[in-house]
Amino acid sequence: MLRYTLKRLLSLLVSLAIASLVIFVVIEVAPGDPASFMLGINAQEDTLAALRAELGLDQPKWQRYVSWVGGMVQGDFGMSYQYRTPVAEMIGDRLWVSLPLALYALTLSTLIAFPAGIYAAARRGKPGDMGVMGATQLGVAIPNFWFAMMLVLIFAINLRWFSAGGFAGWDKGFFAALKSLTLPAIALALPQAAILARVMRSALLDVLGEDFMRTARAKGLTRGQALRRHGLRNAMIPVLTILGLQFSFLLAGGIIIEQVFYLPGLGRLIFQSISARDLIVVESVTMLLVFAVILVNFAVDLAYAAVDPRLRART
Amino acid sequence: MNLLSIQNLSLRINDTLILHDVSLDIAPGEVVAITGESGSGKSMTALAVMQLLPEGSDTTGQITLDGQDINNLTEAQMCALRGDTVGMVFQEPMTALNPVQTIGAQVAETVRLHRPDLDPMGRAAEVLTRVGLPPDQVPLTRYPHALSGGQRQRVVIAIAIACGPKLLIADEPTTALDVTTQAQILDLLRQLAAEDGMGLMMITHDLAVVAEMAHRIVVMQHGAVVETGDTATLLANPQHPYSKALLAASTHHVTLPDTDTSAPLLRVENVIRDYPLPRTKLFQSPGHMRAVNDVSFDIPRGGRIGLVGESGCGKSTLTRAILGLEPVQSGRITLGGDPVFSAGKPNLAVRRRMQVVFQDPYGSFNPRHKVARLITEPFHLLETQPTATERKMRITEALTAVGLSPEDAEKYPHQFSGGQRQRIAIARALIIRPDLIVFDEAVSALDVSVRAQILDLIADLCTQYDLTYLFISHDLSVVRTITDRVLVMKAGQIVEQGDTEAVFTAPQHPYTRTLIDAAPTLPERTEHV
Repeated sequence: MLRYTLKRLLSLLVSLAIASLVIFVVIEVAPGDPASFMLGINAQEDTLAALRAELGLDQPKWQRYVSWVGGMVQGDFGMSYQYRTPVAEMIGDRLWVSLPLALYALTLSTLIAFPAGIYAAARRGKPGDMGVMGATQLGVAIPNFWFAMMLVLIFAINLRWFSAGGFAGWDKGFFAALKSLTLPAIALALPQAAILARVMRSALLDVLGEDFMRTARAKGLTRGQALRRHGLRNAMIPVLTILGLQFSFLLAGGIIIEQVFYLPGLGRLIFQSISARDLIVVESVTMLLVFAVILVNFAVDLAYAAVDPRLRART
Repeated sequence: MNLLSIQNLSLRINDTLILHDVSLDIAPGEVVAITGESGSGKSMTALAVMQLLPEGSDTTGQITLDGQDINNLTEAQMCALRGDTVGMVFQEPMTALNPVQTIGAQVAETVRLHRPDLDPMGRAAEVLTRVGLPPDQVPLTRYPHALSGGQRQRVVIAIAIACGPKLLIADEPTTALDVTTQAQILDLLRQLAAEDGMGLMMITHDLAVVAEMAHRIVVMQHGAVVETGDTATLLANPQHPYSKALLAASTHHVTLPDTDTSAPLLRVENVIRDYPLPRTKLFQSPGHMRAVNDVSFDIPRGGRIGLVGESGCGKSTLTRAILGLEPVQSGRITLGGDPVFSAGKPNLAVRRRMQVVFQDPYGSFNPRHKVARLITEPFHLLETQPTATERKMRITEALTAVGLSPEDAEKYPHQFSGGQRQRIAIARALIIRPDLIVFDEAVSALDVSVRAQILDLIADLCTQYDLTYLFISHDLSVVRTITDRVLVMKAGQIVEQGDTEAVFTAPQHPYTRTLIDAAPTLPERTEHV
C-alpha cells in the first residue's frame, strides 16, 4: 500500500509540473498584451514599456515561468495586472465560496444518487426502477441553469424561503452562509446526481450478475444483505471515478450557476480575468484548478486501492 | 428416512418447460451424481433445492429437505436453511468468491449468520484447516486473488461446510480445474461426505468423475430423469438408450488412418520464450518469467501430435510462438524450412500455411458475419484472391467436408449449436488447405456426444485431406485417441514425448504418471448385448 501511495504521489508531482508548463505556454502564446489592454489603444510606446517593466513582462519567458512557479510554491501568486492586489488574496476569497459550494453540491448529489441507484438496481425492470431511470433521464437532459431559475422562482420569489442571489459571507455565521449556498448547490447537484445514480445502478447490476453474489445467497444471506455486504463495495470503482470527475467539474464548472446566483466564486473570477486579459490571474486560477483535479484524482486512486485489494497487490 | 426427496418436480421459466417430473432421493452419507449434457436441467434441479432459481420461475411438485417441505417455507426460513442445512459449491472458483473480502471473513460470515454462539474467525480457521488450507500456511487475511484455482475451490467448500450442513450440493466443482487439482478436490469431497455423514449431490457432465465418486447415478436428458441406478450397475449395464449413448460417447475411440510421416514439416528447435516481469527496483532491470524453456520437437507431414499439460505449463505460449504471433527469445521455429517469424514480424508466406481452431465456439466468430464470410476469412492471407466461382466452390467443399450443407453459408453463427459452430471453425481452418492445423482445446467446451462427433469428423478429415495437426488439450482421453505422438509439457519444458499409446501405457516421467493417475477413468465395460 505504501509503494502504491508513493507511486501515485510521484505521478501527481509529474502531472503538476507538466500542467504548469502547458498552462504557461498556452496562455503566453495566446494573442493580446495585458499592458496595451490596460492602457488602451492610444497608449504611448514608452508608457507601455514602463508598465511592462513594472509587471515583469519584459523578462525572458523562461525566467517568468520560473519565477511564477517558484512564487506559487511559496504561496505567492503574483499581483493582478488589473486590480493591483495579490492574486493569492483574490483566489483565497473566492475559494471560500467555490470550495464549500462544490462540497455541498457533491454531498447532496451523493445523498440523492446512492439510494436512488441502489433502489433502482434492486428493483430492476419494475416500476420503481423505471421511475428512477425516467427521473435521471430528465436530470441528465435538463441544464443546471434551468433548475437554478426554477429554484429561484419557487423558493426565492414565491415562497421567499431563500434569497434569490448573493453570498452572505462566512462572517455572518455558518448557517447564514450555508443557506445562501443551498439553492446553487441543489441546482448543481441535480444533474450530477442523475448521472451518478445511473452509474451506480449499472455498476450494481453488473455486480449482481457475478458468481460471488450467488455464493453469498447460498450462504443464507437475504437479497438485501448480499447487495449491501458483497455488492456495494464491488460496484464502487466506476462510482468513485465519476465522483472524482464530478468534484473537479463542480469546483470550476459552477460558472453559470455563480452568474445566475450572483456568487463571488472562482468561475466568475476566471471569467472576468479572461475578459480583462489579466493573465496572471487566469494562469493562477487555472493552475489551482488543475491542482485540485490532480489532487482529487490522487484521492480517488487511493480510494480505489482501499476498496479493491487487487489494486494494492498489483503495484 | 431420506435427507432429500424430490417428487415430481416441474419447473417453468417464463413459460418454457425446463424440468418435468424430476424425482430423486438422497440419503444421509450418500453420494448421488446427477449427470447429463448441457441443458439437461442438472443445475436447475440443484438451484430448485436451494430455491435460488432465476426470476420468472414457477415450480410444481414437492421437495422435502431434512423433513421440511421447502415449497412451504418463507424466504426468511429459506435463508436460515441455506448455508446451514444445505451448502453449495459452484463450478467457477475464480469468480465464486468476493474479490474484495479476505477468505477468513467470507468463511466467518456463514458462521456468524447461522451459529452466533461460535467464534466466527476461530471456526473459519478450523474449517479452512479441514479443507487443507491451515492458517499458518494460508493466512485468513489472504484475498482470493492471491490463491490458486484449487485453493479457491477449497475456500468455497469451506464456506459451504462451515456450519456442518446435512446436504452438500456440488455443481461441476472440478470442471474448471486441472486434473491433478481435480483429483485432490474430489478426494476432499468424498472424505467430507464420509466423515460427516453428509449427503452429497454431485452435478457433473463427466461420467468418469461420477464413476469414482458416486454411490448412485441419476441420468438426466431434456429436463427429465431418464435412468437412475447404483453406479457400478448403471455403468456396467445402462438400460436407457440415452445412458448408453452417453457412456459410449465418453469412451469414444476413433481410428486414424496410417500415414507416411517421413517428410519433416514443423521444426521447433531450442525455443525459449520469456515474459518480462514488472519492474520492482528503479535502477535494476526487471526480471523475466520463462514460459517456454528450451523446447524442441518436430512435426512430420501427416503427423498428428498431441500436447498435454496443466494450466500455466506454457502450452498456449508455445502455440502462439508456433503460429508466429509472438517472437521467441532464442531458438528457431520453421515450417517446411521457412521461419514463422522473421525480421520482427510474422512471416506471411508461412502464416497462410497454418490455421487454428480455438476452444470457444461461441466467442471465436463475429456474430454479425454470415458463415460464408466467416469461413473465407483466411483468403486474406493468400497472394491471389480466388475468383467468385472458385470461392463459392471452396465454401461448398469446406462446408460439405465438415458435415454441414452448402446452404448454411448464408446463415449467421447464432443459428447453429455449439458443435455445429466448431464444425464451422474447422471449415474455416480447412478452406485454404493449410499444411498444419492447430487445435487449441478445440473439443473441451463441447458435450461428450458432440465431442465424439467432432473427433469422428477430424478422423474422417485425416483420411480425406492427409491432415497434419497439433492437438492441444488438457483432456488425456481425447489426446489418447486422436493423436499418434504426444508431448507432455510441465513448467515450460517438454518432459516426455513419444508414441501416444506407449506414453499412456508406460509413462517414463514421474509427472506423466501423476497426470495419468489423476485423470478419472471409467471402469472397463463388459458389453451386454
